[in-house]
Amino acid sequence: MAAGMDLGPNRLIRLLQLGQTEKALRAQGMWQCVSCQTCSTRCPKSVDCAGVMDALRQLSVERGTDTPEQQRTVLFQKAFLRNIRRNGRLNELELIADFKISTFVHGRSLSFLLKDATLAPELMKRKKFHLVGEKARDRAVLARIFARCMDDSIL
Amino acid sequence: MSRIGVFICWCGENIARTVDVDEVTRQVAEFPGVRCAVNYKYVCSDPGQALVRDKIVSERLDAVVVASCSPHMHLRTFRNAASLAGLNPYRVEMANIREQCSWVHPVRAQATAKAVQLIRLSVEKARRDHELEPIRVPVTRRALVIGGGVAGIQAALDIANSGYEVVMVEREPSIGGKMAGLSETFPTLDCSQCILTPRMVEVGQHPKIRLYSYSEVEAVSGYVGNFNVTIRQKARYVDIKKCTGCGECWNVCPLKRNPSEFDYGMGMRPAIYVPFPQAVPARPVIDAKVCAKIIRNGCGLCLKKCKAEAINFKDQDKLVEEKVGAVVIATGYKLYNIGKVQDRPKLEGYGEYGYGKYKNVIDSLQFERLLSASGPTVGELKRPSDGALPKSVVFLCCVGSRDNAKGLPYCSKICCMYTAKHAMLYKHKVHDGQAHVFYMDIRAGGKGYEEFVRRAIEQDGAQYYRGRVSKITEENGKLIVRGTDTLAGEPVTIEADMVVLANAMRPADGVEQLAQKFNVGYDEYGFLLESHPKLRPVETASAGVYICGACQAPKDIPESVAQASAAASKVLITFSASELTREPEIAKVNEDTCAACFTCVHACPYHAIEQAEVRTPRGVFIKRTARVNPGLCMGCGTCVAVCPSKSADLEGFTEQQIYSMVESLV
Amino acid sequence: MNLAYYPGCALHGSSNDYEQSLRACLETLDVQLKEIDDWICCGATAAHSLNQKLAVALPARNLALAENKGFREMLAPCPMCSMQLLKARKALADDEALRRSVSEIVELEIRGETQVLNLIQLFEAIGLDRLKAAVKAPLASMCAACYYGCLLTRPPEVVEFDDFEQPRSMEKILEALGGKTVDWNYRTECCGAGMTMANEQTVLDLSHKILTNAAAHGANCLVVACPMCHVNLDMKQPNIEQHYGVKHAMPIYYLSDVVGLALGFKPEALGVTRHFVSSANLPVSTGTTGKVSTPEAGPKAGATKSDAGIKAGASGKV
Repeated sequence: MAAGMDLGPNRLIRLLQLGQTEKALRAQGMWQCVSCQTCSTRCPKSVDCAGVMDALRQLSVERGTDTPEQQRTVLFQKAFLRNIRRNGRLNELELIADFKISTFVHGRSLSFLLKDATLAPELMKRKKFHLVGEKARDRAVLARIFARCMDDSIL
Repeated sequence: MSRIGVFICWCGENIARTVDVDEVTRQVAEFPGVRCAVNYKYVCSDPGQALVRDKIVSERLDAVVVASCSPHMHLRTFRNAASLAGLNPYRVEMANIREQCSWVHPVRAQATAKAVQLIRLSVEKARRDHELEPIRVPVTRRALVIGGGVAGIQAALDIANSGYEVVMVEREPSIGGKMAGLSETFPTLDCSQCILTPRMVEVGQHPKIRLYSYSEVEAVSGYVGNFNVTIRQKARYVDIKKCTGCGECWNVCPLKRNPSEFDYGMGMRPAIYVPFPQAVPARPVIDAKVCAKIIRNGCGLCLKKCKAEAINFKDQDKLVEEKVGAVVIATGYKLYNIGKVQDRPKLEGYGEYGYGKYKNVIDSLQFERLLSASGPTVGELKRPSDGALPKSVVFLCCVGSRDNAKGLPYCSKICCMYTAKHAMLYKHKVHDGQAHVFYMDIRAGGKGYEEFVRRAIEQDGAQYYRGRVSKITEENGKLIVRGTDTLAGEPVTIEADMVVLANAMRPADGVEQLAQKFNVGYDEYGFLLESHPKLRPVETASAGVYICGACQAPKDIPESVAQASAAASKVLITFSASELTREPEIAKVNEDTCAACFTCVHACPYHAIEQAEVRTPRGVFIKRTARVNPGLCMGCGTCVAVCPSKSADLEGFTEQQIYSMVESLV
Repeated sequence: MNLAYYPGCALHGSSNDYEQSLRACLETLDVQLKEIDDWICCGATAAHSLNQKLAVALPARNLALAENKGFREMLAPCPMCSMQLLKARKALADDEALRRSVSEIVELEIRGETQVLNLIQLFEAIGLDRLKAAVKAPLASMCAACYYGCLLTRPPEVVEFDDFEQPRSMEKILEALGGKTVDWNYRTECCGAGMTMANEQTVLDLSHKILTNAAAHGANCLVVACPMCHVNLDMKQPNIEQHYGVKHAMPIYYLSDVVGLALGFKPEALGVTRHFVSSANLPVSTGTTGKVSTPEAGPKAGATKSDAGIKAGASGKV
């Protein structure tokens, strides 16, 4: 993934070593990361590089430095968590709708909004489409768990 | 009645500024047993020493206390002065009123009082000092060199050329070590065998060197100057005295395809073989693991062919005893072999490089054999899978080295240099080829080394990438190498014909067991421990045992040779007199009171205490006793601490001395 | 065998074909699955991307739910779920203070007594000999590229499963079922994971490489054990084909599909006919003939971001 990053993991870590945290948090590199864990597995110094990428993502969202280039990824993750908090389990249709709307609100891309619309009938044909998703019974506990872990107003 | 002389030094202003030396002199003169107390500006100076000597004579002193600096500085000086004046040097004590007093206590009254107390202790000690004589240990002036690589060869030649006999033990069928297998050496690009083989021949023919090849050290006992070594000569099945090296046997051997150890598997050898043509001794050995005659009494063709009747299938391992006075360990190194089977689980890894899976991924020593003019491909760079000439070769540095995750965090030192060398030699053989080198840093600290690496880059067109390789896979006969260049910030993908890995240097197999036999320490990687990393790089904690070469730490040939000569010089110092003198402040067992429980025998870290017998002059057995070997004891005092009957004591630091010192303060 | 079952959101969502096939073959093999009552999402990528505590708390609650019902083992067929569960379990085992604080957050005491198994481990626990003995229709015409993806074997100190550079556990199962496997080079290379919606191009690039390499090494299908991988390689295959102008036509089987087929189930019963890429041309039982599909000539794509960088081609020159 490093090929597509403005600053690859080695550069992000170097910036952190040099105390240039702000610069690292404003990078888009960690949002290109797919968390495949290959970096941590191979590192000869046993640095948990994947964990550092996680931390950069978490901190950048906390501090609001996540950048426009990677808005879509951030919006997706936020939409996902909103979904879990509400339902306990993922409701795919709700997630897609939420995600598409919030990306449209942020980026005004009609093409992105309408992309994948043809997927719906294909999924329905294959009985993989659920109009109403599953929900956990005890959903109130989710709200409490979220509140205890984070300032979930950022979601 | 004691007649102790106390000499209090001012050390210029170092002591006198803080300690009131006159007051101290006045108080000390009152101590019982003190015959005279004087102070002087610099007792260690010539006039100061003369003062001490004169007082010894004029006052008929029977012990001396010098109150001055640390004994590390001048104990020897004052002991010599006492000797010259006719006083036994072991009745000289020093009170450290500088490092332990004037330099650390700024308040004059306190420093002065402490100085007085320190001298009081030394006076009590001196009062009970025995007259001791240095221990003389006879020296067998023969040396043992373990390991016949370039370091072992250098050490052996230096010692033998000084006129002393050397016993050399080499595990492989031939001496020469790793250097014999290299193609050319940096930074001169000398042909490795061309510069080494003359030395090898010299060792083989030297009248003062007894070479045990295909042998290992089985056991050792004794101490410096007096080692008894048992050497196991492994069965060669060939009598090297009868054998003429004609080669009929290995030509006729039907089992031709055994992976050659010398070629690291890049070539084959028969079951009866000489590892390489320039071997010393140039005599074959039979591989008992594959020989048909040995396994199931088949074949036997070599026996039929041998006109010298040198082949003996009934051969057995032989044990030989040798007596030596000093030992040099020069067992060298091996490369980290990537793979699943390791001596430590952390070392399993690097599966992403495909070593062992892809034939064309090899390590640096294997590449040396392919480059070598006398190698399995006769110097033509044919790649292992199909013998094709590789047009692009990728070299990976730091494979296993500097790798905390694998447990080898150190730098192997030589790989940056030999990789540059490999890139150059490759280019010299394949003019239209391209070398790619992945590095993390370039370590080229020796003479001409930096220039050498630049030559590889600027003249021989090696492309260097600053980064590591993440994965190597094979597609359509090409090795796809995926790495990165962090300076450009770009991923790098190379389709290569061959990949060479610069694996970490590790100590040779079995070195830990060998070290234990000699009571030599080793670190967590197996590298042997030197006495002091800066000032004593070739000595060990075991007197008379020296180390040199890559067994101590990763190093290149010039350093190995230099260390070998250094070790040889230490051996020559050991041999410089027919007797060794040792300080007599060692343990002693009172054989009358010893209960022969032998707790001390087990406790002694130097194995210096023996189980002995007390007999009448006629030889009638009286009792058993522990007895300290004066050649081995290092005076640590452990036995004194554990002896339940208080029979063990330390000369120069007896229990009575210590107790009376303590009592004098109370 | 009796164990707890943690399906995860995907298996009850658009990857319900995976659940269909695994329930079918596990029942035949005498494995009773008890779905964990009121399980919640493990947090997937979103939790560990946005909040560390949440990333531990969400899976931890599920561990507690299982162990409170007395289960010693649970099956988590989705490697994202199994990895997160194992990660949480390890973090809590290593840090007592964390365990107490997370137990408070999720309102359940977590003791970490339940083992988490992925589907491959479950088949191994059932025993390859038992599988072999139960085979009714050996996978004769199958030449599979086993695709592990990322989270089955990484991070190694968390999942502690198989060789993380050259895994062989799936191949062993396939061989026990009479199938052939190929040695290929993208077995543990990422398919793009959860980026399907947010960063589709990444998924297309990575998955295209996987499909291409599998075909280049002679595979006529892929076998996966992860619903995300399946989506990226199967559901997105038409998009990949369109973007790169190439016909892969590579069927993607779940591991439970191939086990089920070998046990004699019909494809419909396993949900195989619900995949996006048809496997109709690749019947797997002996005795039936059929064309084995082969992908057409190689990729013609334009350069993508992941093709960037320095390349040294066949000539070796940079």
